[in-house]
Formats: sequence, C-alpha cells, structure tokens
Amino acid sequence: MHPAFSVLIFTVTSGAGYGLFALMVLAQLAGLNALQDSTLLLSGAVLALLMITIGLLSSTLHLANPKNAWRSFARFRTSWLSREAVFAVLFYPVALLYLFGIYAQGSELSSLYSACGVVAALLAMVTLFCTSMIYASLKTIRQWCTALTPLNYLSMGLMSGALCLATLQALLQDGLSPVLRSAGLGLIALGAVVKLIYLFWIGKPAGATIKTATGFTQASVRLLDAGHSAGTFLTNEFGYTVAANKLLRLRFAMVALAFVVPFLLLMQGHAAATVLAALLALAGLLVERWLFFAEARHVVRLYHGDQRT
Amino acid sequence: MAKLGLVVDLDTCVGCHGCATACKQWNTSGTIGPLSDKDPYGRDPSGTWLNRVRTYEVGDTPNSKTVHMPMSCMHCEDAACVTVCPTGASYKRKEDGIVLVDQDKCMGCNLCSWACPYGARELDPQAGTMKKCTLCVDRIYDEKLPQAERQPACVLTCPTSSRVFGDFDDPNSDVSRLTRERGGQQLMPELGYNPVNTYLPPRNKKVVESYQIKPSLGATLKQWVNKVITR
Repeated sequence: MHPAFSVLIFTVTSGAGYGLFALMVLAQLAGLNALQDSTLLLSGAVLALLMITIGLLSSTLHLANPKNAWRSFARFRTSWLSREAVFAVLFYPVALLYLFGIYAQGSELSSLYSACGVVAALLAMVTLFCTSMIYASLKTIRQWCTALTPLNYLSMGLMSGALCLATLQALLQDGLSPVLRSAGLGLIALGAVVKLIYLFWIGKPAGATIKTATGFTQASVRLLDAGHSAGTFLTNEFGYTVAANKLLRLRFAMVALAFVVPFLLLMQGHAAATVLAALLALAGLLVERWLFFAEARHVVRLYHGDQRT
Repeated sequence: MAKLGLVVDLDTCVGCHGCATACKQWNTSGTIGPLSDKDPYGRDPSGTWLNRVRTYEVGDTPNSKTVHMPMSCMHCEDAACVTVCPTGASYKRKEDGIVLVDQDKCMGCNLCSWACPYGARELDPQAGTMKKCTLCVDRIYDEKLPQAERQPACVLTCPTSSRVFGDFDDPNSDVSRLTRERGGQQLMPELGYNPVNTYLPPRNKKVVESYQIKPSLGATLKQWVNKVITR
C-alpha cells in the first residue's frame, strides 16, 4: 500500500495525543502524587488536544474532495471511518469541559468534571480503536485484517502518550516520577512485544493467490500483459513495492528508534533523556506506521502478476 | 427484485480491449462522467477506466492457454465497498443490485477502493471522487433506445460476444443458463463478497501438435534396431 504521509502523521500524532490524555486522566484520578498539579494537568491536556487537532487536520489532507468531509458522519452503522469521525468529534466538548474544570478548580476536581475526564479518556481510546478497525476490517489486505492491528494501534498510542506525559512531568517538576517511569518502561516493553509478534505473524504465507484470483486453481498462472501502457490509479495505490533489504533495514531502525533507545534513555530518568526518549519514539513510530503501509499487500496485486500476497 | 450482472466467456475473449474502450467512451459522457485523464498525450499518461483487460498464461506448454480477463465491478452481493463508505456515497440498489457512487456525496477518501479486491474502483484525479462501473444504468433502462440496445456498452461492442448481460435471479436468463451449463465461477470467492459476475472457464480441448518431424530412413532403421537390441 502506498504510504500517504498525511495519514502517517495523523495516526502517530493523534494516537500519542489520545494516549497522553487517557493516561493523564487515569493517573490523576488514581491519585498519583505527581499529577495532582494543575500546571501539569493543564499543559498535558492542551498538548494532547493540540496533537489530536493537528492529526485530524492532517488526515483531511489525503481526501481528494475535502469539501464533502462533513458527510463522513453519515454511515455510523457500518463504516469504521464514520465511527472514528463521530467519536473524534464527540471527544472535543467533553475533553474541553475537563480542561475547563482543571482551569477553574485545579487538581481538586468536582465529581462532574472528573466524570467528564473519565468519559473523555474512554472516548479517546474508542476513537483510537475505531482508527485501527478501519485497517483491520479490510479483508483485502491480510497484513491488516487481524486482531493484532487494533492491539498495535492501542499499545503504540498508549506508549507514545506515556512518554509525552513523562516528558511534561519531568520538565515541569524536578525529575521524573518513578511511577511514570516504570509505566513508560512497561508500555514500551508491551509495544515492542506486540510489534515483534506482528512482524512474525505477517511473515507467514496465507490468503488469496493468483490462482484463486483468476479462478484457475489447477494450473500455474503467469501474467503476460497487465493491459495498461502507463501507471494507473491501481498501480499507484496498491503497487507500492520496496526492496526487501531496505524493508529489513527500516525494521531494525524502527525497533531501535521506537523501543530500544527510548527504553534505555527512560531508564536514566533525567529530564533531558526523557525528552529525547519521547522525540525518538515518535520518530520511530513514524517509521513503524510507514512500514505498516509499505509491508501491506493488497490482493489487487495478484491481478498485476504477484503470485501471492 | 433483480440481480443484474455480467458473464464473461474466457474461452472466446480475444483481449481486444474493445469493452474497455467502449466503456470509457460511453461513461465519460454518462451519469458519472467525465472520466478524466491526467497528462493524456504527455510522457506519463494516466486515466480513469472502469474496465480493464489483463492477459495471463495458464498452464505449461503444450497444455497452456492464453487467457484474457476483462474485469469491471462485480456488483457483489456483500459489497464491502458499500459497508466501509463513511459518507453514504456508495450504495447498492435494492431493485437490481447495481452498486453505484453518488458523485455529489463522495469525499475521495479511497477507502472503498481499498476494500474492493477486484480493482474495480478508481479515483478520478480531477473530480476528486471515486468512479466505477455503473452497469450502464443510463442505457439499460432507456426506453428511447430499441430493446436490443438496452445493454451495457461493453456487451454491445464485444466482437466475439464474450460478454453477456442479464438477471442472475431469473433461472432461465442467458446469464444463469451459461453459468449453469459452462461452470461459471466467481473470482476470489474466499473473501466472501459474493460477486455477481461470473467467468466461464475455457473449454478443455485436445492439444494440437503444431508440426511433426518425419524421421529419415537411417533414423527409422536405427529406431528398429534399438527396439530389438537391449544394451
């Protein structure tokens, strides 16, 4: 699949924003000492909303006809993209109420504003889940059509959100809170495990072949002529191919940038190391998302001569 | 209620691309038109087509056959492209099963083209909306046309009559009969979209040797000797 840069930016930044928001509310309501600080809560909520907004705006850039984007709420009953849009919009008023609560009452929130926080955190996770289900519901792309896809999006969102929260906390207060540090380390480890399982899983051959695509299941089938003399929408969108050795190098870069180096940096616990860990992890997740697209092979490729997906 | 669709005969299709060209010609001025081209006379042309023909070699020589496979929308009974559409632009008509895109509602997110396994949907770069086969919905119901011409443009133009249009819900229609008698099959049925269009596999024919070498007198004698004497 052709990796559209706007979609990579959208899923990584809004994922981190939703993760940051959900974790922050959870930690604050659970009574974590470091988070009973209205400055930290305010800046956390503002940063999360900023990241989510940038992501959502970026997502409209890949639309060929954005003037009809408002119509995307119409098919809530069947379309995951529609559900994502609805929940993303529902998130805003509730999250803004929570933000207002912190602004007005500090960290000692009344139950109404606390409830807003919980609902907003839930909506954040639901929106992230809907985003992942857009990909996981496509039977045409076996690398996406798996329960590992939502697991992947949720764990990466929480991981990058935890690193953003740790960064803010370490910068605004003196030193990184040990609880946030271990939460960050745990989520990085979880993200790495999920990603490694995914990489092993997509390596196994499965799914449709050129034989089932053409209906000639008893014989060998080879493409003689693709029928077009220049690139088409189909070759641009689905024909995206990257050399195997480049993919392998990028896989190593992703594991190092997104998981290994941030883990080691977060172990140090200094504020500067935490900032660096968060930035590197976000860069690593951009590579991760790029690979998520580049390694996905749509079944239309079978009609263009691929023997299997 | 009807289930309109096409039967494509892979035995007789000669791969002339006439269906694709007739489709482009009719539909570029049809209800969803125009079907725009990008840089049509330039170095890197690209354009929107609703029908594409690909050619495969099936089997190994001498038991091989060149198969031309024209593909357009299969008007699936469980059309995933309609399920994933967020705006409601994609819809499947109850009365005849034709899958259409409302050009006024489409936002060009490409998701339906991702959900389609057959490559039937193409984004029009100029309109910014998704284009697909309409089964010539603006021809087949046109009462101003003679009855014989109320068929999709691809079917009318096919010089070998390899494309047949009809109602799969009617067991006595040409499409139902052909599918039944010739073992018409769906493409990629394992995805479960239940495509309506069927493809008739090539008939099994005897392999015809193109030429035979007549051995010389000496070679024939050698063969006889070889048959008698074992080494």
